[in-house]
Amino acid sequence: MAKTVDGLYYSESHEWVKVEGNVAVIGITDFAQHAMGDLSYVDMPEVDDELEKGEEFGAVESVKAASDLYCPVSGTVIEINEELEDAPELLNQDAFANWIMKVEMSDPSELESLMDAAAYEAMCADA
Amino acid sequence: MEDNLFKTCLYDKHIALGAQMSPFGGFIMPIQYTNITDEHNAVRHKAGMFDVSHMGEIFVSGPDAERFVEHVFSNKVAGMEPGKILYGMMLYPNGTTVDDLLVYREFEPDHYLLVVNASNIAKDYDWLCAQKEGFDVTVVNESDSWGQIALQGPEAEKYAVETLGLAKAAGLAFYTYYNDHTAEGSRIIISRTGYTGEDGFEIYAPHDVINTMWDTLLAAGVVPCGLGCRDTLRFEAGLPLYGHELSDEITPLEAGLGMFAKVKDKDFIGRDALAAQKEAGLARKSVGIELQDKAIPRAGYPVEVGGVQVGVVTTGYRSISTERSVCVAMVDKAYTELGTQVEIRIRKKVFPGIVTKRRFYETNYKK
Repeated sequence: MAKTVDGLYYSESHEWVKVEGNVAVIGITDFAQHAMGDLSYVDMPEVDDELEKGEEFGAVESVKAASDLYCPVSGTVIEINEELEDAPELLNQDAFANWIMKVEMSDPSELESLMDAAAYEAMCADA
Repeated sequence: MEDNLFKTCLYDKHIALGAQMSPFGGFIMPIQYTNITDEHNAVRHKAGMFDVSHMGEIFVSGPDAERFVEHVFSNKVAGMEPGKILYGMMLYPNGTTVDDLLVYREFEPDHYLLVVNASNIAKDYDWLCAQKEGFDVTVVNESDSWGQIALQGPEAEKYAVETLGLAKAAGLAFYTYYNDHTAEGSRIIISRTGYTGEDGFEIYAPHDVINTMWDTLLAAGVVPCGLGCRDTLRFEAGLPLYGHELSDEITPLEAGLGMFAKVKDKDFIGRDALAAQKEAGLARKSVGIELQDKAIPRAGYPVEVGGVQVGVVTTGYRSISTERSVCVAMVDKAYTELGTQVEIRIRKKVFPGIVTKRRFYETNYKK
C-alpha cells in the first residue's frame, strides 16, 4: 500500500501540495512513483512560469513511459528542485521528501477543491 | 479485456514470477519481472531469457516452395544453404511492408520456415495464401503449436550448452540453425539469432519442452526478461519494430533497410515500386537523433526545423546502455545527413538534437 502524509492536499492526478504561507510546495505522491516505477527523468517548468490550476507543467518519465504532471493550484513558479535534474530516483526513494516545484498561489481558495490524505487514499483504493 | 487476448504456453510461469503483464500483438505478455533496467543489463552483461512464444511460425513446402518464397520475400532465397536464415520483408505491390520476418531454409528440400511478428500472424498467413495461385506449395500456420524462448547475452552459449545440453549450439554460426529432438521425438529448432544486439539463441519447441527449458534456465540463474527491455535492447542495436520503424505505410528503403531488399538481383512483390522509389529518390528516411538534453524523445513526437515539422519519432528512449537521450525518427530527406541539426518537440518545449546513425550500441554478434 502506497503511503500518504497527513496535512497535505492531494489532486486527482496524484500531485501533493504542502502549504507554506502563500506558497504551494508541489510534488508527486508515493502512489504515483510506485505506479511509474524507476524514474529516469523529471521534466520541470521554469521559474516565473505562470500556471493555471489543472495546467500541464511537466512530466515524470520511466524507461517505458512519460506521465504528465498537472498543476493543482494557479500561480507563479518561484523555485524548482534542481536536484531532480541529476537524481530523478529521489522521487522513488521518498516522494514526499522531494518536492518538484514551489508556486506562489494566486488563488489559495483553490486548495479547497483538493483532497485530504484520507480522501486521496480512498480514491487510490478504488483505482 | 484480457479475455480476448491469447496466452503463451509460459503464461502461468510469468504470473508465478509476479510479472507485470500487458497486451502486445494480441497476446497478454510480461513487460517486466523486476525492472526494465536490470533486465536490460542482464542481457548486455550476462544472460537473459524472453518468452517469445507469441511469434508466428508459418511453414511453406512443395515443389515450388523456393520460387514462392522468392516471390513474396524481399531478400534472396535462391542458393540459400540448408540451415541458413535470412532477414527480410514481405511487401505490398506499392512497396510498403506487410511484415518483417526471418526465413529458415530447412534441411529437407523444398521446405521453408517463416518466423513472423505476433501481431501479424493472421494477416501474413492470409497474405501468403492469397499469393499462392500458380505455385505448387502448401502453407501451414503452426504458430499455436510452437513455444519459443530467446536466450540472449554474452553467457547465452554457456547456458545453452551446459544447462540445456545443446552441445551443437557451441559451434553454431550467426544466422544459422540446427534441429534437435526430444526423447519422445518432438522437434526442437535451435538458431543463433536474436533481437537484442547480443549473442544468443532462439529455441523453438513444443509447449511442454519450452516449459521445462524455462524452468531449467531459471534454476540455473538466467534472468527472465520482459518485452520492456526487449524493446530497449533492439532499439539500441538499431533493429526495427514493425508498427514503428516499418509498417504498411513505410517501405524498407525509407526505413534504411534496403540491403534486405534485393531490387537488382531478383523479382518479388513490391520490387518495381522500390525500384521506382530508388529512381525518383526518397522523400523521407529513417535516421537516428541524439539530444543534448536529458529529455526523452518518444514515439509520435514531432521532429522540427525552425518551428516547422519535418518528421516524427518512431521509437525513443533514455538509452540504458549509453545513458543518452536518443531516438529513431522518419524525417524529410533534406534533413537526413549525419550531423544535421534538428529539434524535437517534447510537450511544451523543443530540444536541439543531431542526426546520427540508427544504431546507438555496438552489437556483439558471434560471426
